[in-house]
Amino acid sequence: MTRPILEVDALERRFDVSAPWLNRILERKPRRTLRAVDGVDFDIRPGQTLALVGESGCGKSTIAKLVTGLHAPSSGSIRFNGDPEKMQMIFQDPYASLNPRWRVGRIVAEPLRTLRPGMPEAQVTARVEELLRTVGLAPTDAAKFPHAFSGGQRQRISIARALAGEPEFLVCDEPTSALDVSVQAQVLNLMKRLQREMGLTYLFISHDLSVVRHMADVIAVMYLGRIVEIQPTKDLFANPLHPYTRMLLDTIPDLEAPKRDRAPMGGEVPSPVSPPAGCSFHPRCPLAFDRCRRERPQREASVHDRRVACFAAAGAGAGAGVSADV
Amino acid sequence: MTETVLDVRNLRVEFPTRHGVLTAIDDVSLTIRRGEILGVVGESGAGKSMTGMAILGLLEPPGRIAGGEIRLSGDRIDTLSETGMQKVRGRRIGAVFQDPLTSLNPLFRVGDQLVETIRLHTRMSRSAARARALELMREVGIPAVEERIDNYPHQFSGGMRQRIVIALALCAEPELIIADEPTTALDVSIQAQITALLKRLCRDRGTAVMLVTHDMGVIAETADRVAVMYAGRLAELGTVDDVVRRPRHPYTTGLMGSIPSLRRDEAELQMIPGAMPRLDAIPTGCAFNPRCAFAGPKCRRDIPRTHGNGAACWLALEGATA
Repeated sequence: MTRPILEVDALERRFDVSAPWLNRILERKPRRTLRAVDGVDFDIRPGQTLALVGESGCGKSTIAKLVTGLHAPSSGSIRFNGDPEKMQMIFQDPYASLNPRWRVGRIVAEPLRTLRPGMPEAQVTARVEELLRTVGLAPTDAAKFPHAFSGGQRQRISIARALAGEPEFLVCDEPTSALDVSVQAQVLNLMKRLQREMGLTYLFISHDLSVVRHMADVIAVMYLGRIVEIQPTKDLFANPLHPYTRMLLDTIPDLEAPKRDRAPMGGEVPSPVSPPAGCSFHPRCPLAFDRCRRERPQREASVHDRRVACFAAAGAGAGAGVSADV
Repeated sequence: MTETVLDVRNLRVEFPTRHGVLTAIDDVSLTIRRGEILGVVGESGAGKSMTGMAILGLLEPPGRIAGGEIRLSGDRIDTLSETGMQKVRGRRIGAVFQDPLTSLNPLFRVGDQLVETIRLHTRMSRSAARARALELMREVGIPAVEERIDNYPHQFSGGMRQRIVIALALCAEPELIIADEPTTALDVSIQAQITALLKRLCRDRGTAVMLVTHDMGVIAETADRVAVMYAGRLAELGTVDDVVRRPRHPYTTGLMGSIPSLRRDEAELQMIPGAMPRLDAIPTGCAFNPRCAFAGPKCRRDIPRTHGNGAACWLALEGATA
């Protein structure tokens, strides 16, 4: 087996969300901690795509920020087995992530100027033109400002910028959620083509299961700061193990087989500041029993490349429900 | 008594600008019957929200209705004055928008907002209105209503807030609800709860619903019929089953193909080349013709129209491009 390019081990990130000091003293409010990422492990192998999926507040974007070093972990470790300069990020909002006062040429050239300070100007220009062509834009677009481009084209500029330093590993945080579906298709196809041609590795973060199914080799489903299930994409869709994954798969609208008369799953994601005791999914879980209310499912010894944090699923499937690195 | 609640005929919305008049909605006709959910789908800038705003009489100036007519249960509403329209909005047409936080006043308890809205539209004592507010909150599925009625909007989750907005829209028992991206800001599990709620209200009360969204999946599971919009025009109108499974307009076909499947493995997603034209650069003939693989001379010359049903496409209308 090849060595993983990224190894994340028992990663935690806590945020202090306490009331201000004076209020704590006067109103006797306790300190409160939000566990945005609460013990997360995963590996990514070179050339693969691992997707983190989950609903808002599950901690998937915090993981993107931890991996890229925009946040420091509270505990646990992230090991990147490569040159740190070979990691780049693509953000969700193509309007906020490009400097409106810079021309596209300068935006795309910035990583080159930072990472290769000695590069001659003519070479930088040539490389920018090449990058713009790679992502399906015209070399003449270098002279324009971001406002002249549509959302999809801006995301192409973000991708060109991310590719400038010849990265190996890209962290993509909801790269197509702000885009219309036909434009999303263009960007997803581009990302897949680039992965094939350049051997890129993606950490792909999305709330959209159909996008994730199309893009990922391995999917990790998150709920309240934890990975509840991790499986190769095909297996996750064919045989979802965690009740939360099953609920998600059951709730997403399916164009090919609309479930027009389904009864939607009740309940909502609890506040991450005061998550339920035991398994944090138990208040919404149809399979919950006593142990789920008392004890938190921990990861277990590795058997094969799937893992689920659920007592019910672990008890039901022979061999299933055991943890391993993927 | 007619069953048709909303009847929009040849609606045209224009924006006069320094560089000439832009046509944002061009000759759109659609109807919604009692108890029916019509989905209006399209990509950003297609004119789907603006169609809803035009019906509500909430077009941002200088936008104006420049042609056609809008009838609500037979009464013409596009010619009403602003005060006349105020009596229709809220009372006869309810509105639910994307962001529930901006639809609610953060400074007032949700109960007071409901009571105020109920009393604005119906003659009712404060206590009767409060009882009605409780009943509405219960109907939209808010648990522990007696405690929750005196909470402020920020004390509710996104899904619960959207339920309150729906309760507000229901206060005067309107004939029509215009729901503009009501589930877009919500997570999938909550989204399913809200669409189920809309469906139930539509069925139980016979309310007509216009569901504006960019999400084909939501349409497929919620709407009875669907109108696909492109560049301010209707591209296709038909039953959900027809439009989703047997799309006849090349744009609809492309749109459906660009959505990643939950069942099939696809090496590549189908793409529609290019992008939707800006309002000041809509091509002559069919607005989709520069992106269409089947476009012929007629498509580049004449605008295809659909009124009521079918695809606005020369290929579908005449079987071949002339």
